[in-house]
Amino acid sequence: MVRSITNLSRSGLSDWMLQRLSAVILAAYTIFIVAFLVKNPDLQYAQWAQLFSQGWVKIFTLLTVLSVLVHAWIGLWTVATDYIKATFIRFVFLLVVALTLFVYVLATVTALWG
Amino acid sequence: MLVSVYRYNPETDKKPSMQDYDLEIPAGKDLMVLDVLHLIKEKDDSVAFRRSCREGVCGSDGLNMNGKNGLACVTPLSEVVKPGKKLVIRPLPGLPVVRDLIVDMSTFYKQYEKIKPYLINDEPAPAIERLQSPEERAKLDGLYECILCACCSTACPSFWWNPDKFVGPSGLLQAYRFLADSRDTATEERLADLDDPFSVFRCRGIMNCVNVCPKGLNPTRAIGHIRNMLLSSAT
Repeated sequence: MVRSITNLSRSGLSDWMLQRLSAVILAAYTIFIVAFLVKNPDLQYAQWAQLFSQGWVKIFTLLTVLSVLVHAWIGLWTVATDYIKATFIRFVFLLVVALTLFVYVLATVTALWG
Repeated sequence: MLVSVYRYNPETDKKPSMQDYDLEIPAGKDLMVLDVLHLIKEKDDSVAFRRSCREGVCGSDGLNMNGKNGLACVTPLSEVVKPGKKLVIRPLPGLPVVRDLIVDMSTFYKQYEKIKPYLINDEPAPAIERLQSPEERAKLDGLYECILCACCSTACPSFWWNPDKFVGPSGLLQAYRFLADSRDTATEERLADLDDPFSVFRCRGIMNCVNVCPKGLNPTRAIGHIRNMLLSSAT
């Protein structure tokens, strides 16, 4: 068993599972947004506001951004542990990734309920 | 025919280099790459390479021929090089070179050792032998044939980047060979040893291993089976 303290869930199996689950959510949200854009060719602020005033859209959006967090962390953690061999540089890279994802989540929450 | 061979002697050379040999290939025959290496050895006996059985059984002469890993003894020239073109022979990629075409396989063997490549059975041994039904035995087909030539693992980028952590296609094929064996009782311990983000899950399914295996085995499928076993043991 290889020990690791920086991957998302400690277990390779749950990381693998989470990446697939989050991918399904991301795909569903992409289809939802693309469908909305296609249905509303000349989009105005009012339509956006109307869409995001619905509770389920807010929850779906938050769920999607949390999926981005999970998906991106697992993916970029994998890329970093593959290609960045110097521990300190990898640590800095992952810190930047973590911070960026944290800001994404915070910005989304503020935009949705602010 | 022009053959370019990777040369490196750590005692005398600062850097590895490629050396060209112009060979007369006997007409009317499709020589194996190993025969070509022997022709080179006749000209220049300082070229070092491993070989033993010369018929694809021992797994000693795993090499990189025109970019593709394989066993030199069972790879005909017609398969790796077009007529009139150059043949480039390099050692297996991703492992330290001992000399010329000889690589240090320690990390590869260490991964093999990690998966406990032997039957573990706590039940008292029967008087004669542990029997298997033909169906149980059939599960080992496509797994037991691995000769540990390292062609697959050294063709795998995940193994290149993490040879100390990712078990590699060869080791995982062997891991599944023991997980699938009806006489082995250590399934849970074996699975627990593999459930980290590196050992199995570094496999990204690019199937280089399947592409190069000289025995026609399918490590990617075995890795999929291990993943399914991990899933069903966990939920």
